[in-house]
Amino acid sequence: MRLVLGFLFALLLTACASPQVRGTGDLGLVIERASGHVTLVDTTSRQPYARIGGLGDLSHASAVYSRDGRYAFVFGRDGGLTKIDMLEAKVVKRVIQSGNAIGGSISQDGKIVVVQNYTPGGIKAFDAATLELLSEVPAEYAPGKFSKVVGLADSSGNRFAYALFEGGEIRVTDFSDSKQPTTQRFPAGLQPYDGLVTPDGRYFLAGLFGEDGVAMLDLWQPEKGARKILENYGRGQEKLPVFKMPHLRGWSVAQGKAYLPAIGRHEVLVVDVATWKEVGRIPVRGQPVFVMARPDGRQVWVNFAFPDNGKMDVIDTLAGKVVHAFEPGKGILHMEFTPRGENVWLSARDDNKVLIYDTTTFTRVGEIAADNPSGIFFTTRAARIGF
Amino acid sequence: MAAEPDAARQKELVRLVRQDCGSCHGMTLQGGLGPALLPDSLHDKPAEGLVATIYYGRPGTPMPPWKQFMSEAEAGWIVEKLMSGFPQ
Repeated sequence: MRLVLGFLFALLLTACASPQVRGTGDLGLVIERASGHVTLVDTTSRQPYARIGGLGDLSHASAVYSRDGRYAFVFGRDGGLTKIDMLEAKVVKRVIQSGNAIGGSISQDGKIVVVQNYTPGGIKAFDAATLELLSEVPAEYAPGKFSKVVGLADSSGNRFAYALFEGGEIRVTDFSDSKQPTTQRFPAGLQPYDGLVTPDGRYFLAGLFGEDGVAMLDLWQPEKGARKILENYGRGQEKLPVFKMPHLRGWSVAQGKAYLPAIGRHEVLVVDVATWKEVGRIPVRGQPVFVMARPDGRQVWVNFAFPDNGKMDVIDTLAGKVVHAFEPGKGILHMEFTPRGENVWLSARDDNKVLIYDTTTFTRVGEIAADNPSGIFFTTRAARIGF
Repeated sequence: MAAEPDAARQKELVRLVRQDCGSCHGMTLQGGLGPALLPDSLHDKPAEGLVATIYYGRPGTPMPPWKQFMSEAEAGWIVEKLMSGFPQ
Protein backbone atom coordinates (compact mmCIF):
# COMPACT_ATOMS: atom_id res chain seq x y z
CA MET A 1 0.00 0.00 0.00
CA ARG A 2 2.76 2.38 0.95
CA LEU A 3 4.46 1.55 -2.33
CA VAL A 4 1.30 2.33 -4.30
CA LEU A 5 0.81 5.61 -2.46
CA GLY A 6 4.44 6.50 -3.07
CA PHE A 7 3.99 5.77 -6.76
CA LEU A 8 0.85 7.92 -6.93
CA PHE A 9 2.65 10.73 -5.17
CA ALA A 10 5.51 10.52 -7.64
CA LEU A 11 3.03 10.66 -10.52
CA LEU A 12 1.40 13.73 -9.00
CA LEU A 13 4.76 15.45 -8.63
CA THR A 14 5.63 14.72 -12.25
CA ALA A 15 2.30 16.13 -13.35
CA CYS A 16 2.86 19.31 -11.36
CA ALA A 17 6.39 19.72 -12.68
CA SER A 18 5.34 19.34 -16.33
CA PRO A 19 5.24 22.59 -18.24
CA GLN A 20 1.92 23.91 -19.35
CA VAL A 21 1.07 22.49 -22.79
CA ARG A 22 1.68 25.14 -25.43
CA GLY A 23 3.19 25.72 -28.87
CA THR A 24 6.40 27.57 -29.61
CA GLY A 25 5.39 29.66 -32.64
CA ASP A 26 5.35 32.93 -30.74
CA LEU A 27 8.52 32.42 -28.71
CA GLY A 28 12.02 33.68 -29.16
CA LEU A 29 15.23 34.61 -27.43
CA VAL A 30 17.29 37.72 -26.89
CA ILE A 31 21.08 37.47 -26.62
CA GLU A 32 22.54 39.44 -23.71
CA ARG A 33 26.02 39.67 -25.09
CA ALA A 34 28.05 40.95 -22.17
CA SER A 35 26.78 38.65 -19.44
CA GLY A 36 26.42 35.33 -21.23
CA HIS A 37 22.66 35.19 -20.75
CA VAL A 38 19.71 34.70 -23.04
CA THR A 39 16.26 35.98 -22.17
CA LEU A 40 13.39 33.90 -23.51
CA VAL A 41 10.47 35.95 -24.74
CA ASP A 42 6.84 35.57 -25.76
CA THR A 43 5.87 37.77 -28.70
CA THR A 44 2.14 37.52 -27.94
CA SER A 45 2.35 38.83 -24.38
CA ARG A 46 5.46 40.89 -25.35
CA GLN A 47 7.07 39.75 -22.12
CA PRO A 48 10.09 37.71 -21.10
CA TYR A 49 9.31 34.37 -19.48
CA ALA A 50 12.72 33.03 -18.48
CA ARG A 51 16.40 33.92 -18.38
CA ILE A 52 19.24 31.45 -18.80
CA GLY A 53 22.90 32.11 -17.93
CA GLY A 54 26.25 30.45 -18.29
CA LEU A 55 26.47 30.65 -22.07
CA GLY A 56 29.96 32.17 -22.21
CA ASP A 57 31.04 34.97 -24.56
CA LEU A 58 27.96 35.91 -26.55
CA SER A 59 29.35 38.85 -28.47
CA HIS A 60 28.20 38.33 -32.05
CA ALA A 61 26.15 35.32 -30.95
CA SER A 62 23.35 34.00 -33.11
CA ALA A 63 20.76 31.23 -32.93
CA VAL A 64 18.88 28.81 -35.14
CA TYR A 65 15.93 26.59 -34.28
CA SER A 66 15.02 22.94 -34.59
CA ARG A 67 12.24 22.41 -37.12
CA ASP A 68 9.65 21.89 -34.37
CA GLY A 69 10.61 25.26 -32.91
CA ARG A 70 11.28 23.68 -29.55
CA TYR A 71 15.06 23.87 -29.37
CA ALA A 72 17.35 26.80 -29.98
CA PHE A 73 20.99 26.30 -30.90
CA VAL A 74 23.02 29.29 -29.74
CA PHE A 75 26.44 29.91 -31.29
CA GLY A 76 28.79 31.88 -29.02
CA ARG A 77 31.92 33.78 -29.93
CA ASP A 78 34.05 31.54 -27.72
CA GLY A 79 33.10 28.46 -29.74
CA GLY A 80 30.32 27.46 -27.37
CA LEU A 81 27.35 25.65 -28.92
CA THR A 82 24.37 25.51 -26.57
CA LYS A 83 21.10 23.71 -27.12
CA ILE A 84 18.20 25.28 -25.24
CA ASP A 85 14.75 23.85 -24.63
CA MET A 86 12.41 26.79 -25.24
CA LEU A 87 9.52 25.16 -23.37
CA GLU A 88 11.32 23.94 -20.29
CA ALA A 89 13.53 27.03 -20.42
CA LYS A 90 16.76 25.21 -19.74
CA VAL A 91 20.06 24.20 -21.31
CA VAL A 92 19.83 20.69 -22.71
CA LYS A 93 23.44 20.38 -23.80
CA ARG A 94 26.45 22.61 -24.22
CA VAL A 95 29.78 21.94 -25.94
CA ILE A 96 32.82 24.09 -26.66
CA GLN A 97 33.57 23.19 -30.25
CA SER A 98 36.28 25.66 -31.31
CA GLY A 99 38.31 28.63 -30.15
CA ASN A 100 36.47 31.36 -32.00
CA ALA A 101 33.15 30.93 -33.78
CA ILE A 102 30.91 33.25 -35.73
CA GLY A 103 27.59 31.50 -36.22
CA GLY A 104 25.88 28.47 -37.59
CA SER A 105 23.01 26.94 -39.51
CA ILE A 106 20.73 23.94 -39.40
CA SER A 107 20.18 21.48 -42.24
CA GLN A 108 17.04 21.16 -44.33
CA ASP A 109 16.06 17.94 -42.55
CA GLY A 110 16.84 19.44 -39.16
CA LYS A 111 19.30 16.72 -38.25
CA ILE A 112 22.62 18.52 -38.61
CA VAL A 113 23.81 21.73 -37.00
CA VAL A 114 26.82 23.26 -38.74
CA VAL A 115 29.04 25.84 -37.07
CA GLN A 116 31.36 28.26 -38.87
CA ASN A 117 34.63 29.01 -37.17
CA TYR A 118 37.28 31.70 -37.37
CA THR A 119 39.86 29.77 -35.33
CA PRO A 120 40.65 27.17 -36.42
CA GLY A 121 39.07 28.27 -39.70
CA GLY A 122 36.53 25.83 -41.03
CA ILE A 123 33.12 24.34 -40.44
CA LYS A 124 32.01 21.54 -38.15
CA ALA A 125 28.87 19.43 -38.31
CA PHE A 126 27.05 18.22 -35.19
CA ASP A 127 24.18 15.85 -34.61
CA ALA A 128 21.27 18.16 -33.74
CA ALA A 129 19.91 15.64 -31.22
CA THR A 130 23.09 14.96 -29.26
CA LEU A 131 25.54 17.70 -30.33
CA GLU A 132 27.98 14.92 -31.14
CA LEU A 133 30.64 15.92 -33.70
CA LEU A 134 29.91 14.27 -37.06
CA SER A 135 32.59 15.72 -39.31
CA GLU A 136 34.60 18.82 -40.04
CA VAL A 137 35.86 20.62 -43.12
CA PRO A 138 38.91 22.85 -42.58
CA ALA A 139 38.93 26.07 -44.60
CA GLU A 140 42.36 25.40 -46.04
CA TYR A 141 42.62 27.53 -49.16
CA ALA A 142 46.33 27.08 -49.84
CA PRO A 143 48.72 24.52 -48.36
CA GLY A 144 48.86 25.19 -44.61
CA LYS A 145 46.74 28.34 -44.89
CA PHE A 146 43.36 28.47 -43.20
CA SER A 147 40.72 31.10 -43.68
CA LYS A 148 38.04 32.52 -41.45
CA VAL A 149 34.63 31.27 -42.56
CA VAL A 150 31.83 33.77 -43.11
CA GLY A 151 28.24 33.75 -44.34
CA LEU A 152 27.35 30.10 -43.68
CA ALA A 153 23.85 29.40 -45.01
CA ASP A 154 21.76 26.26 -45.30
CA SER A 155 20.48 25.17 -48.67
CA SER A 156 18.55 22.26 -50.12
CA GLY A 157 19.71 18.68 -49.77
CA ASN A 158 21.64 19.29 -46.56
CA ARG A 159 24.12 21.43 -48.47
CA PHE A 160 25.68 24.45 -46.83
CA ALA A 161 27.17 27.42 -48.66
CA TYR A 162 29.76 29.73 -47.11
CA ALA A 163 32.66 31.97 -47.99
CA LEU A 164 36.32 32.26 -47.01
CA PHE A 165 37.41 35.75 -45.94
CA GLU A 166 41.15 35.36 -46.62
CA GLY A 167 40.67 32.61 -49.20
CA GLY A 168 38.30 34.63 -51.41
CA GLU A 169 36.24 31.53 -52.19
CA ILE A 170 32.66 30.41 -52.03
CA ARG A 171 32.32 26.81 -50.91
CA VAL A 172 29.44 24.40 -50.93
CA THR A 173 29.68 21.43 -48.60
CA ASP A 174 27.24 18.58 -49.01
CA PHE A 175 26.42 16.72 -45.81
CA SER A 176 24.09 14.12 -47.41
CA ASP A 177 26.53 11.68 -45.87
CA SER A 178 27.11 13.61 -42.67
CA LYS A 179 30.31 11.77 -41.79
CA GLN A 180 31.81 11.99 -45.29
CA PRO A 181 30.96 15.48 -46.55
CA THR A 182 32.05 16.60 -50.01
CA THR A 183 33.05 20.17 -50.83
CA GLN A 184 33.04 22.22 -54.02
CA ARG A 185 35.13 25.39 -54.28
CA PHE A 186 34.49 28.51 -56.38
CA PRO A 187 36.66 31.63 -56.72
CA ALA A 188 34.60 34.56 -55.43
CA GLY A 189 36.61 37.79 -55.13
CA LEU A 190 38.45 39.83 -52.53
CA GLN A 191 37.56 39.45 -48.86
CA PRO A 192 34.01 38.13 -48.74
CA TYR A 193 32.69 39.40 -45.38
CA ASP A 194 29.27 37.75 -45.13
CA GLY A 195 26.79 35.78 -47.17
CA LEU A 196 23.16 34.93 -47.59
CA VAL A 197 20.98 32.50 -49.43
CA THR A 198 17.80 33.65 -51.18
CA PRO A 199 14.48 32.57 -49.63
CA ASP A 200 14.06 29.82 -52.26
CA GLY A 201 17.53 28.48 -51.47
CA ARG A 202 18.66 29.00 -55.05
CA TYR A 203 21.28 31.74 -54.93
CA PHE A 204 24.12 32.23 -52.49
CA LEU A 205 25.47 35.77 -52.37
CA ALA A 206 28.71 36.80 -50.72
CA GLY A 207 29.30 40.49 -50.08
CA LEU A 208 32.86 41.56 -50.88
CA PHE A 209 34.82 43.95 -48.72
CA GLY A 210 37.99 44.08 -50.78
CA GLU A 211 36.24 45.21 -53.94
CA ASP A 212 32.95 46.78 -54.94
CA GLY A 213 30.61 43.97 -55.77
CA VAL A 214 28.84 40.83 -54.65
CA ALA A 215 29.77 37.28 -55.66
CA MET A 216 26.84 35.06 -56.58
CA LEU A 217 26.54 31.31 -57.01
CA ASP A 218 23.48 29.59 -58.47
CA LEU A 219 23.09 26.58 -56.19
CA TRP A 220 20.79 24.94 -58.74
CA GLN A 221 23.61 25.07 -61.29
CA PRO A 222 26.83 25.34 -59.30
CA GLU A 223 28.81 23.99 -62.24
CA LYS A 224 28.36 27.41 -63.86
CA GLY A 225 30.56 28.89 -61.15
CA ALA A 226 30.36 32.09 -59.11
CA ARG A 227 29.93 35.38 -60.91
CA LYS A 228 30.05 39.00 -59.84
CA ILE A 229 27.05 41.24 -59.59
CA LEU A 230 26.84 44.91 -58.64
CA GLU A 231 30.41 45.31 -59.83
CA ASN A 232 31.89 48.71 -59.25
CA TYR A 233 28.85 50.08 -57.48
CA GLY A 234 31.20 52.61 -55.88
CA ARG A 235 32.50 53.61 -59.31
CA GLY A 236 35.98 54.29 -58.03
CA GLN A 237 34.84 56.82 -55.46
CA GLU A 238 36.65 56.77 -52.17
CA LYS A 239 34.89 54.61 -49.64
CA LEU A 240 33.64 55.99 -46.36
CA PRO A 241 35.14 54.23 -43.36
CA VAL A 242 33.18 51.17 -42.22
CA PHE A 243 33.05 50.99 -38.43
CA LYS A 244 31.09 47.78 -38.42
CA MET A 245 30.67 45.14 -41.11
CA PRO A 246 27.19 44.83 -42.58
CA HIS A 247 25.31 41.61 -42.01
CA LEU A 248 23.65 39.96 -44.94
CA ARG A 249 21.61 37.26 -43.26
CA GLY A 250 18.24 38.86 -42.85
CA TRP A 251 17.92 39.08 -46.59
CA SER A 252 15.38 41.49 -47.96
CA VAL A 253 13.44 40.72 -51.06
CA ALA A 254 10.25 42.46 -51.93
CA GLN A 255 8.35 42.98 -55.19
CA GLY A 256 11.05 41.20 -57.18
CA LYS A 257 13.77 43.43 -55.83
CA ALA A 258 16.50 42.75 -53.33
CA TYR A 259 17.75 45.36 -50.87
CA LEU A 260 21.39 45.10 -49.85
CA PRO A 261 23.73 47.22 -47.74
CA ALA A 262 26.43 49.06 -49.70
CA ILE A 263 29.95 48.90 -48.24
CA GLY A 264 31.58 52.23 -47.47
CA ARG A 265 28.57 54.12 -48.78
CA HIS A 266 25.53 55.39 -46.95
CA GLU A 267 23.18 53.66 -49.34
CA VAL A 268 20.95 50.65 -49.72
CA LEU A 269 21.43 49.02 -53.12
CA VAL A 270 18.32 47.83 -54.95
CA VAL A 271 18.72 44.88 -57.28
CA ASP A 272 16.28 43.25 -59.70
CA VAL A 273 16.36 39.56 -58.75
CA ALA A 274 15.43 38.42 -62.28
CA THR A 275 18.45 40.06 -63.93
CA TRP A 276 20.65 40.72 -60.86
CA LYS A 277 21.23 44.24 -62.17
CA GLU A 278 21.24 47.30 -59.97
CA VAL A 279 17.99 49.20 -60.41
CA GLY A 280 18.36 51.86 -57.75
CA ARG A 281 19.99 53.17 -54.63
CA ILE A 282 18.35 54.61 -51.61
CA PRO A 283 20.29 57.13 -49.53
CA VAL A 284 20.19 56.37 -45.80
CA ARG A 285 21.69 57.99 -42.71
CA GLY A 286 24.75 55.83 -42.15
CA GLN A 287 26.61 52.65 -43.06
CA PRO A 288 23.81 50.06 -43.16
CA VAL A 289 24.35 46.95 -41.03
CA PHE A 290 21.06 45.07 -41.22
CA VAL A 291 18.69 45.69 -44.13
CA MET A 292 15.67 43.58 -43.28
CA ALA A 293 12.29 43.28 -44.95
CA ARG A 294 9.09 43.05 -42.97
CA PRO A 295 7.69 39.57 -43.73
CA ASP A 296 5.20 41.00 -46.25
CA GLY A 297 7.97 42.92 -48.03
CA ARG A 298 6.21 46.26 -47.86
CA GLN A 299 8.85 47.80 -45.62
CA VAL A 300 12.60 47.43 -45.29
CA TRP A 301 14.14 48.44 -41.96
CA VAL A 302 17.74 49.57 -41.79
CA ASN A 303 20.05 50.03 -38.82
CA PHE A 304 23.56 51.45 -38.90
CA ALA A 305 27.17 51.04 -37.87
CA PHE A 306 28.81 53.16 -35.20
CA PRO A 307 28.56 56.18 -34.84
CA ASP A 308 25.05 56.18 -36.32
CA ASN A 309 23.83 53.18 -34.38
CA GLY A 310 21.10 55.09 -32.60
CA LYS A 311 19.20 55.62 -35.85
CA MET A 312 16.74 53.55 -37.85
CA ASP A 313 15.45 54.24 -41.34
CA VAL A 314 12.35 52.60 -42.74
CA ILE A 315 12.06 52.23 -46.52
CA ASP A 316 8.64 51.88 -48.09
CA THR A 317 9.20 49.49 -50.99
CA LEU A 318 6.27 50.89 -52.97
CA ALA A 319 7.53 54.46 -52.66
CA GLY A 320 11.17 53.36 -53.06
CA LYS A 321 12.41 55.73 -50.39
CA VAL A 322 12.81 56.25 -46.66
CA VAL A 323 9.41 57.15 -45.23
CA HIS A 324 10.22 57.06 -41.56
CA ALA A 325 13.48 57.97 -39.84
CA PHE A 326 13.81 57.93 -36.08
CA GLU A 327 16.14 57.45 -33.12
CA PRO A 328 14.61 54.70 -31.02
CA GLY A 329 17.50 54.29 -28.58
CA LYS A 330 21.23 53.93 -28.14
CA GLY A 331 23.23 51.21 -29.84
CA ILE A 332 20.55 49.58 -31.98
CA LEU A 333 22.27 46.31 -32.87
CA HIS A 334 19.60 44.06 -34.30
CA MET A 335 15.95 43.73 -35.19
CA GLU A 336 13.48 40.91 -35.55
CA PHE A 337 9.94 40.98 -36.91
CA THR A 338 7.09 39.07 -35.31
CA PRO A 339 5.99 36.18 -37.54
CA ARG A 340 3.64 38.27 -39.67
CA GLY A 341 5.36 41.58 -39.14
CA GLU A 342 2.89 43.69 -37.16
CA ASN A 343 5.64 44.41 -34.64
CA VAL A 344 9.40 44.72 -34.81
CA TRP A 345 11.68 44.17 -31.83
CA LEU A 346 14.83 46.27 -31.65
CA SER A 347 17.75 45.69 -29.30
CA ALA A 348 19.04 48.94 -27.80
CA ARG A 349 22.33 47.76 -26.35
CA ASP A 350 23.35 50.96 -24.57
CA ASP A 351 19.88 51.49 -23.08
CA ASN A 352 19.78 47.89 -21.80
CA LYS A 353 16.37 47.44 -23.38
CA VAL A 354 14.56 45.65 -26.15
CA LEU A 355 12.08 48.03 -27.76
CA ILE A 356 8.91 46.84 -29.45
CA TYR A 357 7.36 48.94 -32.23
CA ASP A 358 4.16 48.76 -34.22
CA THR A 359 5.30 48.71 -37.86
CA THR A 360 2.19 50.50 -39.19
CA THR A 361 2.01 53.42 -36.80
CA PHE A 362 5.72 53.41 -35.77
CA THR A 363 4.65 53.81 -32.15
CA ARG A 364 6.36 52.02 -29.32
CA VAL A 365 4.09 49.34 -27.89
CA GLY A 366 6.36 47.82 -25.29
CA GLU A 367 9.83 47.26 -23.95
CA ILE A 368 11.76 44.61 -22.08
CA ALA A 369 14.78 45.06 -19.84
CA ALA A 370 17.87 43.16 -21.00
CA ASP A 371 21.58 43.44 -20.21
CA ASN A 372 23.38 44.76 -23.32
CA PRO A 373 20.98 43.03 -25.72
CA SER A 374 22.24 42.14 -29.19
CA GLY A 375 20.68 39.47 -31.43
CA ILE A 376 16.95 38.74 -31.28
CA PHE A 377 15.81 35.43 -32.75
CA PHE A 378 12.22 34.23 -33.01
CA THR A 379 11.19 30.61 -33.58
CA THR A 380 9.68 31.49 -36.98
CA ARG A 381 13.24 31.13 -38.26
CA ALA A 382 12.80 27.37 -37.84
CA ALA A 383 10.83 27.17 -41.08
CA ARG A 384 12.83 29.59 -43.21
CA ILE A 385 15.67 28.67 -45.55
CA GLY A 386 18.79 30.65 -44.82
CA PHE A 387 17.83 31.60 -41.26
CA MET B 1 52.83 59.47 -23.41
CA ALA B 2 50.60 62.53 -23.07
CA ALA B 3 48.36 63.16 -20.05
CA GLU B 4 45.87 60.42 -19.32
CA PRO B 5 42.25 61.03 -20.28
CA ASP B 6 40.07 61.87 -17.27
CA ALA B 7 38.06 59.14 -15.54
CA ALA B 8 34.82 59.81 -17.41
CA ARG B 9 36.58 59.77 -20.78
CA GLN B 10 38.46 56.60 -19.84
CA LYS B 11 35.14 54.93 -19.19
CA GLU B 12 33.87 56.02 -22.61
CA LEU B 13 37.01 54.77 -24.33
CA VAL B 14 36.84 51.42 -22.56
CA ARG B 15 33.25 51.00 -23.66
CA LEU B 16 34.13 52.06 -27.20
CA VAL B 17 36.90 49.47 -27.39
CA ARG B 18 34.88 46.64 -25.84
CA GLN B 19 31.64 47.30 -27.71
CA ASP B 20 32.56 48.92 -31.02
CA CYS B 21 36.10 47.69 -31.68
CA GLY B 22 34.62 44.47 -30.29
CA SER B 23 32.38 44.06 -33.36
CA CYS B 24 35.46 42.85 -35.23
CA HIS B 25 38.03 42.10 -32.52
CA GLY B 26 35.58 40.44 -30.11
CA MET B 27 34.22 41.90 -26.88
CA THR B 28 36.85 39.96 -24.96
CA LEU B 29 39.40 41.14 -27.55
CA GLN B 30 40.31 37.58 -28.46
CA GLY B 31 39.85 38.36 -32.13
CA GLY B 32 37.15 37.90 -34.73
CA LEU B 33 37.30 39.16 -38.28
CA GLY B 34 40.06 41.39 -36.89
CA PRO B 35 43.06 40.03 -34.97
CA ALA B 36 43.23 39.48 -31.21
CA LEU B 37 44.14 42.55 -29.14
CA LEU B 38 45.41 40.79 -26.04
CA PRO B 39 48.77 41.60 -24.41
CA ASP B 40 50.21 38.29 -25.68
CA SER B 41 49.28 39.01 -29.27
CA LEU B 42 50.54 42.62 -29.17
CA HIS B 43 53.74 42.44 -27.11
CA ASP B 44 56.10 42.18 -30.08
CA LYS B 45 54.51 45.06 -31.96
CA PRO B 46 55.77 48.63 -31.64
CA ALA B 47 53.28 50.83 -29.76
CA GLU B 48 53.68 53.69 -32.24
CA GLY B 49 52.54 51.49 -35.12
CA LEU B 50 49.51 50.35 -33.14
CA VAL B 51 48.59 53.95 -32.31
CA ALA B 52 48.86 54.84 -36.01
CA THR B 53 46.70 51.84 -36.93
CA ILE B 54 43.94 53.01 -34.58
CA TYR B 55 44.24 56.66 -35.52
CA TYR B 56 44.69 56.40 -39.29
CA GLY B 57 43.29 52.93 -40.02
CA ARG B 58 44.97 50.38 -42.26
CA PRO B 59 44.31 50.73 -45.97
CA GLY B 60 43.73 47.39 -47.69
CA THR B 61 42.20 45.89 -44.56
CA PRO B 62 38.80 46.50 -42.95
CA MET B 63 40.46 48.54 -40.14
CA PRO B 64 39.00 52.07 -40.39
CA PRO B 65 40.55 55.28 -39.03
CA TRP B 66 39.15 56.30 -35.63
CA LYS B 67 40.57 59.82 -35.63
CA GLN B 68 37.18 61.52 -35.70
CA PHE B 69 36.31 59.89 -32.38
CA MET B 70 39.51 60.34 -30.37
CA SER B 71 42.77 62.24 -30.17
CA GLU B 72 46.10 60.64 -30.95
CA ALA B 73 46.91 60.80 -27.23
CA GLU B 74 43.74 58.86 -26.47
CA ALA B 75 44.69 56.25 -29.07
CA GLY B 76 48.03 56.06 -27.25
CA TRP B 77 46.25 55.47 -23.93
CA ILE B 78 44.18 52.68 -25.52
CA VAL B 79 47.32 50.99 -26.87
CA GLU B 80 49.02 51.24 -23.48
CA LYS B 81 46.00 49.61 -21.84
CA LEU B 82 45.68 46.94 -24.52
CA MET B 83 49.32 45.97 -24.09
CA SER B 84 49.09 45.71 -20.33
CA GLY B 85 45.62 44.10 -20.06
CA PHE B 86 42.54 46.06 -21.00
CA PRO B 87 40.09 47.19 -18.25
CA GLN B 88 36.61 45.63 -18.19
